[in-house]
Amino acid sequence: MSIWAFTLIAVLFAVGSYLLMERSLTRVALGVGVIGNGVNVLIIASGSDAGEAPIIGREGVLADPLPQALVLTAIVIGFALLTFLMTLAWRNWTITGNDEVEDDVEDRMITRRAEQTAKLGDEPHPEDVQT
Amino acid sequence: MSSLVALPILIPLVAAALMLVVRNLFAQRAISFVALLSSLATATAVLVDVWNTGDIAVSRLGGWPGSFAITLVSDGLSSVLVVVALVVTTTVLLFAVGQQTPDEHSPYYHPVYMALVAGISQAFLAGDLFNLFVAFEVLLMASYVLLTLEGNRAQIRSGTTYVVLNIIESVVLVMAVGLIFAATGTVSFAELPERIAALPDGVRMGLHLLLLVAFGIKAAVFPLFSWLPDSYPTAPSSASAVFAGLLTKVGVYCLIRVQTLLFPGELSNVVMIVGVSTMAIGVLGAISQHDMKRILSFHIISQIGYMVFGLGIGGAVAIAATIFYLIHHIPVKTSLFLVEGIIERNTGSSSLDDVSGLARKSPLLAVLFLIPAMSLAGFPPLSGFLAKFALVRGGLSAEQYIGVGVAIVVSLLTLVSMVKIWVGAFWGEVAPTSLINSVGVLRQHRSMATATAILVGFTLVIAVAAGPLYEFASRASDQLLNIERYISAVRSAS
Repeated sequence: MSIWAFTLIAVLFAVGSYLLMERSLTRVALGVGVIGNGVNVLIIASGSDAGEAPIIGREGVLADPLPQALVLTAIVIGFALLTFLMTLAWRNWTITGNDEVEDDVEDRMITRRAEQTAKLGDEPHPEDVQT
Repeated sequence: MSSLVALPILIPLVAAALMLVVRNLFAQRAISFVALLSSLATATAVLVDVWNTGDIAVSRLGGWPGSFAITLVSDGLSSVLVVVALVVTTTVLLFAVGQQTPDEHSPYYHPVYMALVAGISQAFLAGDLFNLFVAFEVLLMASYVLLTLEGNRAQIRSGTTYVVLNIIESVVLVMAVGLIFAATGTVSFAELPERIAALPDGVRMGLHLLLLVAFGIKAAVFPLFSWLPDSYPTAPSSASAVFAGLLTKVGVYCLIRVQTLLFPGELSNVVMIVGVSTMAIGVLGAISQHDMKRILSFHIISQIGYMVFGLGIGGAVAIAATIFYLIHHIPVKTSLFLVEGIIERNTGSSSLDDVSGLARKSPLLAVLFLIPAMSLAGFPPLSGFLAKFALVRGGLSAEQYIGVGVAIVVSLLTLVSMVKIWVGAFWGEVAPTSLINSVGVLRQHRSMATATAILVGFTLVIAVAAGPLYEFASRASDQLLNIERYISAVRSAS
């Protein structure tokens, strides 16, 4: 594997991981695309060095055609996933008006309960104050 | 016999394609049932053959020789899991049809459901890593659609987490496949064991960990489970029943293959520690919940822990116990979700605050809940007791006393949270706020009740036929541990 292919894979993974950690779904979708391409390059690079063709009867060294077949499948799957994620983001946008991932409802309830108990330690419960 | 191996994948796929053209709901239902039952018939034929002869059935697609073709391999473990999966998906479809909900009336429900079935069968039968990855993508894609079919706010929210987490899992898996190919030059299960064994220790461990992480996310083991209790409860009941029963078990199946075939006996301490912590943390999560679906979702995690623990112990006895546990757990968990689905359909809620007094309203429903719930907790003489007993015996013979101790405590805590559902939903006065109508709960939804009863009956059959079934699990586990047999069966396949 050449150092350039290696660098490219590293950069794609870094950018992809960064985007995946965003809250906005559009960026997550972009991250999925970028990191997916990083993996595709990784598989291609694992098969052979650049410039060799997987054609029988050609002069010189042959590349292994199997990784290229694998990557073709992986690209198609990645494309379908990306499309589905974009439609989810679109649907999320039509429902909530933004494309951010919301917190888990139960999680929020538990956090609120924890905050209230923490407050109860030194001052009265907010609901008790109102009554 | 080997020509039949591919049919549980092909029949559902053809049915799915056909149903994209045939949009009539009744025609779609008929096609689905015909496809599922005929797949079940062929899968049973393969299972009977594997059972009688003790051989490994191999099908080579495209007719290329041995390790070059795309191979489908049906050994003892694969064949029995395909049959159990088809029984479960058929009954859940019966349940979904009886449910009369908008998601089943969508023209896309049945084709997607068939794609899910095809993906599950393919994952169990795949004979190489890349084919396994494709099977995962097929079943995941179908599960994304089923999870978000209604497209309401809650589904989109939890669906997003589920989709993104599973995409990350796919990325890790395909990366592992790429690196394994780079290191060994093959992805075939029959060629990999020899070539992996020849790799340097560091490389081998890196590849192994990548695969464990990828399948660990799918199986929802300890540090990687947080997506599960978040997404399953919002799915439609029929979908969450299939997901709960089968999808995580596909992950467990892959972990079994990794630990027995690709990296036999390596990192088993890590796997065992992960299994024990999964048991404990899953059940503690379940105890703190107050919603039936969430309690049951946390129990999936806890039960996965048992199987991973058995896998970590290793050896013929413990792996036979793991296989038996897997077979028993799939119908038990699915039937619990189906009972919960009936309750939710009738009362409009799955929270223990809103539901009570169901035992008086519908004694039969209470029985349908009680049998799988007690089985899950491990009460004799139900199948769960036998599975846990086998596992504990395996653990004791390997002198893993801490893990066995945790397993027993966890099964007590499982009982506690099952009793919590029982007391909350089935005992007490009929809640005035609950929307239960005065007609009997089950009389109204006959096919939902029939489907649940069939599955509960299936778990009882497992308990009654435990002797022969356990013997089969032992033979399947011997097959798993005898890697040479697997390799020679694939290479000599004609």
